[in-house]
Amino acid sequence: MMRTENISKFYDEKAVVEGVSVDIPKGKITSFIGSNGAGKSTLLSVMSRLIKQSGGKVYLEGTPVTDIEDSELAKRVSILKQSSHINIRLTVRELVSFGRFPYSGGRLTQEDEDIVSRAIGYMDLMESENNYIDTLSGGQRQRAFIAMIIAQDTDYVLLDEPLNNLDMKHSVQIMKTLRRLTDELGKTVVLVIHDINFASCYSDYIAALKDGKLAGFGTVEQMIESGILKDIFGMDFDVREMNGSRICLYYT
Amino acid sequence: MRDSAKLAVLFAASLVCVLLFIFYDAGSDLSFILPERGAKVAAMVLTGVAVAYSSVIFQTITFNRILTPSVMGFDAVYLFLQTVALFFFGGGGFMMVNEVFNFTVSAASLMLFTFFLYRLVFVRKGNVFFLMLVGVVMWTLFRSLTVFMQMLIDPNEYAIVQDTMFASFNNVRADLIGVSAVIIALVALFCVPMLRKLDVMLLGREHAVNLGISYDVLVKKSLIIITLLVAIPTALVGQMTFLGIIVSNLAYETMKTYKHAYVITCASLFSIIAIAGGQFILERVFYFNITISVIINFAGGIYFIYLLTRESKR
Amino acid sequence: MKFIFLLVAVIFLGCWSLFIGYTEISVSDIFTMSDRQSLVMVASRIPRLAAVIIAGASMSICGVIMQQMSHNRFVSPTTAGTMDAAALGIMLSMLIFPDGGTYQRLSVSLGVTLLASAVFMTMAERIKFKNLVFVPLLGIIFGNILDSVTTFIGLQFNVVHSMASWLHGDFSSVMQGRYEIMYVSIPLLAAAYIYADRFTLMGMGKSFAVNLGMNYNTMFRLGLVIVSCVTAVIVLTVGMIPFVGLIVPNIVSMLYGDNLRKTLPLTALSGAAFLLVCDILGRTLMAPYEISVSVMVGIIGGAIFLYLILGRRVNAG
Repeated sequence: MMRTENISKFYDEKAVVEGVSVDIPKGKITSFIGSNGAGKSTLLSVMSRLIKQSGGKVYLEGTPVTDIEDSELAKRVSILKQSSHINIRLTVRELVSFGRFPYSGGRLTQEDEDIVSRAIGYMDLMESENNYIDTLSGGQRQRAFIAMIIAQDTDYVLLDEPLNNLDMKHSVQIMKTLRRLTDELGKTVVLVIHDINFASCYSDYIAALKDGKLAGFGTVEQMIESGILKDIFGMDFDVREMNGSRICLYYT
Repeated sequence: MRDSAKLAVLFAASLVCVLLFIFYDAGSDLSFILPERGAKVAAMVLTGVAVAYSSVIFQTITFNRILTPSVMGFDAVYLFLQTVALFFFGGGGFMMVNEVFNFTVSAASLMLFTFFLYRLVFVRKGNVFFLMLVGVVMWTLFRSLTVFMQMLIDPNEYAIVQDTMFASFNNVRADLIGVSAVIIALVALFCVPMLRKLDVMLLGREHAVNLGISYDVLVKKSLIIITLLVAIPTALVGQMTFLGIIVSNLAYETMKTYKHAYVITCASLFSIIAIAGGQFILERVFYFNITISVIINFAGGIYFIYLLTRESKR
Repeated sequence: MKFIFLLVAVIFLGCWSLFIGYTEISVSDIFTMSDRQSLVMVASRIPRLAAVIIAGASMSICGVIMQQMSHNRFVSPTTAGTMDAAALGIMLSMLIFPDGGTYQRLSVSLGVTLLASAVFMTMAERIKFKNLVFVPLLGIIFGNILDSVTTFIGLQFNVVHSMASWLHGDFSSVMQGRYEIMYVSIPLLAAAYIYADRFTLMGMGKSFAVNLGMNYNTMFRLGLVIVSCVTAVIVLTVGMIPFVGLIVPNIVSMLYGDNLRKTLPLTALSGAAFLLVCDILGRTLMAPYEISVSVMVGIIGGAIFLYLILGRRVNAG
């Protein structure tokens, strides 16, 4: 279980995240939802030590993450921010191989190579494994980065808006992969996501943030509910049950 | 060609340059010419390696390919600090100063300065061009401060002081070659386990942290190494502002891989070829009475403009 | 009001500077000067004062004009290679006319400076990439390249040492009979003032200026001529002085805006005052030795400039 305890983050006196305590259940998908600037990404960055919090603590299986060596933590928690520009030319396989760095320190063993191959296969990138990532489409590139995270083989996988800039087909593909990661490999996935319906259809738990504070936490059934959503987003939602999933209609 | 084959070719070429420089037209009495030319070549090799090493690492930790320590004015700062050290510890005569002690004090204070600068400028994330402008201004500022300090030390003879302080390839500080060699060897040893971590740094800060790199620690270690390496060429042979930028970028273009072990080796070989080969051609073929730094600044300036315009089109 | 304040400051500093130096002359001596004192006054102190004021004022104005022409706050004779071009010209003139006089030197130097600034300013004006610090960076490197050409030629003909001391900005060698050519700058500055409005318009962009019926290209050429002449004259008589054309216009523009009709006189006076302060400090800090003015400007101006760009970092990106 991953737990945040009273996490706060201030920039020049201004609180972006304030006193957030939340337990992330193990082996499940948890989605952070909320409006722009609600502090979702900041909270995720703090949980993954990309940003130092101003106050509070993050615990991993009961141990404060600050007590865990950086190299050790990289074997247990991984984070993928929105696909960023990379300065060097790498092939897909080279990129995915970086995922083994915490284990191999840069010198890949045969076992590492096998894990890399499997991760590439898992993301369906076999054909393009020797292509340079700057020649790939946005969807393929995102999948390559996720393959790297898979090769990193951590129990906890944190993703910041993994669907950004992806079309519908690739978005569905990625969400299905994340579902498989939890169902087949027992990973714990935490993601920041904008599309409320993707969150609803693929998550187990939802954590809602509003103005830097935790506005609610619960299962999809508890959280995807028009009254709660109205509190979080300040607009009306029409929630319908369809094929066993909850779909929110808010377009009109 | 494979990367390792390319390195072999470059190694052979640099060996040829070095040997040509030592033995070409050496006459029959080698005992006279060997020590002098040997010292020069040693200085060239050490300078070449130090410049290449520090430039490549600096570019990695600042996430760009057009800044180098010299462009940021580090060597001007070093000269200034050395003058300050002379002012306080110079004691009796100017010539009696313990060079090694002086070198150590200046390098140590340069390190402090570097950390300060890193905090002030890099952490605040200005864009590359902005950082360079800061560097250029610092260069002028610290050159002026150096002259000022030299006048404080000895206003009558400050012209002489300048000549001894600003070393060049024709005026190699032979007394510092030993120290420099030891430092470079130690740095190289210390660095080897770091190089693979630096490879990960190329992915950017977020990916590096995700992959378990202790970012702050690595940056600090790198800065220490860089300052040590910046001090060496400046003390040995004087400033060569654009050498680092030429050789690092040539290395990136030549090597297919991103791996630091390869890129740094490649850049070092390029810089040995540029210095030793260039100086050989200038001195022995054209009989030009100039040092290679002038040519390197000329060619480097043009190459730099090319890089800048390319960068700006991104 | 500000104008009068600055004028008083320049007059005060100017008078002060007349009474410092190796030969002691105090204010009370004015009407009872010995021959030696009056010789020092007329042959050295007054020419020096005139040179400092002209250099400070005209370099600042050059900076303003270049900044308007390139639409870039950080362009100036130091950051566009103009000074280096003038130096290269002087070097060439020493080769072409080994025994040449001031006017031959000046004309060769002027030719090179004009050519170099035309190349650079056209480049800066056309450059698509409008990053504020990109253009001056190109200029600084452009200057470095010219500088290495100068050094190369100088080393070949063994004149690098005399060149270096000559080009090092320094007023101590200014004497009666050796600086008068600096007065050439005055009509040029007057021209800059007459056309101040048009330079203001230029700063707003080519399409804007042409739209208002201005002959942009003629003004561009006029600007080039003014900048090149003034820079060549200054480098020839006192050497290279960094930063003045850069920081003075920036500070004036921060305080009083960009309407040149209003600010040009302020810029000229501030430039003169700044250079006077540097000169006086250089002469008094280590008296009887003198720290050259370019060193003082490098330190004071460099510190101010760093403060300016670090403080204004947000706008620089």
